[in-house]
Amino acid sequence: MVKELERAGLPVVHVCTVTPISLTVGANRIVPAIAIPHPLGNPALDKEEEKALRRRLVLKALKALETEVDGQKVFED
Amino acid sequence: MAKIKIVHYINQFFAGIGGEEKADIPAELHKGEIIGPGAAFAAGFGDEAEIVGTIVCGDSYFNENIDKAKAEILGWVKDMAPDLFIAGPAFNAGRYGVACGTIAAAVSEDLGIKAITGMYVENPGADMYKDKVYILETKDSAAGMRDAVKKMTAFALKYAKGEKIGASSQEGYMNNGVRVNFFEEKRGSARAVDMLIAKLNDKPFTTEFPMPDFDRVEPNPAVKDMAHATIALVTSGGIVVKGNPDHIESSSASKYGEYSLEGVTDLDENTFETAHGGYDPVYANLDADRVLPVDVLRDLEKEGVIGKLHEKFYATVGNGTAVASAKKYGAEIGSKLKADGVDAVILTST
Repeated sequence: MVKELERAGLPVVHVCTVTPISLTVGANRIVPAIAIPHPLGNPALDKEEEKALRRRLVLKALKALETEVDGQKVFED
Repeated sequence: MAKIKIVHYINQFFAGIGGEEKADIPAELHKGEIIGPGAAFAAGFGDEAEIVGTIVCGDSYFNENIDKAKAEILGWVKDMAPDLFIAGPAFNAGRYGVACGTIAAAVSEDLGIKAITGMYVENPGADMYKDKVYILETKDSAAGMRDAVKKMTAFALKYAKGEKIGASSQEGYMNNGVRVNFFEEKRGSARAVDMLIAKLNDKPFTTEFPMPDFDRVEPNPAVKDMAHATIALVTSGGIVVKGNPDHIESSSASKYGEYSLEGVTDLDENTFETAHGGYDPVYANLDADRVLPVDVLRDLEKEGVIGKLHEKFYATVGNGTAVASAKKYGAEIGSKLKADGVDAVILTST
């Protein structure tokens, strides 16, 4: 899916936990997520901390979309 | 000759421990035990080989703690010093396939112990590891267990005994790019003419020189003006309107859903849920923002960080879904988003 969206002319950021799969599949902009069942959350945190964590990840994803890339790039911290 | 010693690796599901709710169990060593599909392997080996230990690990645990799990398992395998290591078969289970490929490749590379695994050709673990370990090709679901065990057993014995391994097309492993010299019975010109005749008659033929498959898409230019950009959300994590009105299947999805986000500022357990059957759904069902971050994007929209969150989102279940289907959904969603004037996409996967 990520590749087809990119092919349609849309810059895509793939937010996922198992980044090696994303690299194999062919995503270009990749942001590592928290965990498989809750990529953008962490139920161990309280509600506000969890939302702050999600906000950081989404901001990172937006940053990735604003970054020119030449091929595949995993946006680590 | 002494019996060939084998160590077997399986996930929590095939060990009978549990499904997705147990996918986070750490690696366990069961010395001297034969578990799950190990019984079928043991029957196939007869007197020639024995399973001296089974290692069980949750799929999520392995993938989220790759280095730790790998180190621990390698330590156990080293102590047991088997002649051969077998992982799986994983069929089309993505995380299981990646785990099997990762650990089999590590056993072979780091310990110098022969290792094999088995999985479906579209399993992401196949492309990642087929040039590092022998991966026997299996069907896409555990209904193909008998066939998979038969193939893997025969190959395992041959490989462990040090017999000559033939070409991938003869032995049933996935092409690993290694070329083996041999003399063909027919000369090249005759084979080429046979192939051409078969092609003209619409009959099947096998090329001797497959073209490499480089399906890469160049990245699109970055978003220049985020404050005025429309951002869309797409997920393979199966987030749907509560009740799953489109009946998207929990695995091998035959469709994707399009849902409105108009007036939605936060996903909660009363309005949205996940249809995905390939991960523990508890967290996403309680708060689907954990997979599809609508709450945060609404905040960022209000603050002017982004121009707009697109009023529709698209979702499918990426669990065992055929690559051809995912490709089709992606292309359709892409053209819809493009037509709606979306500037960029955040795609989330579980």
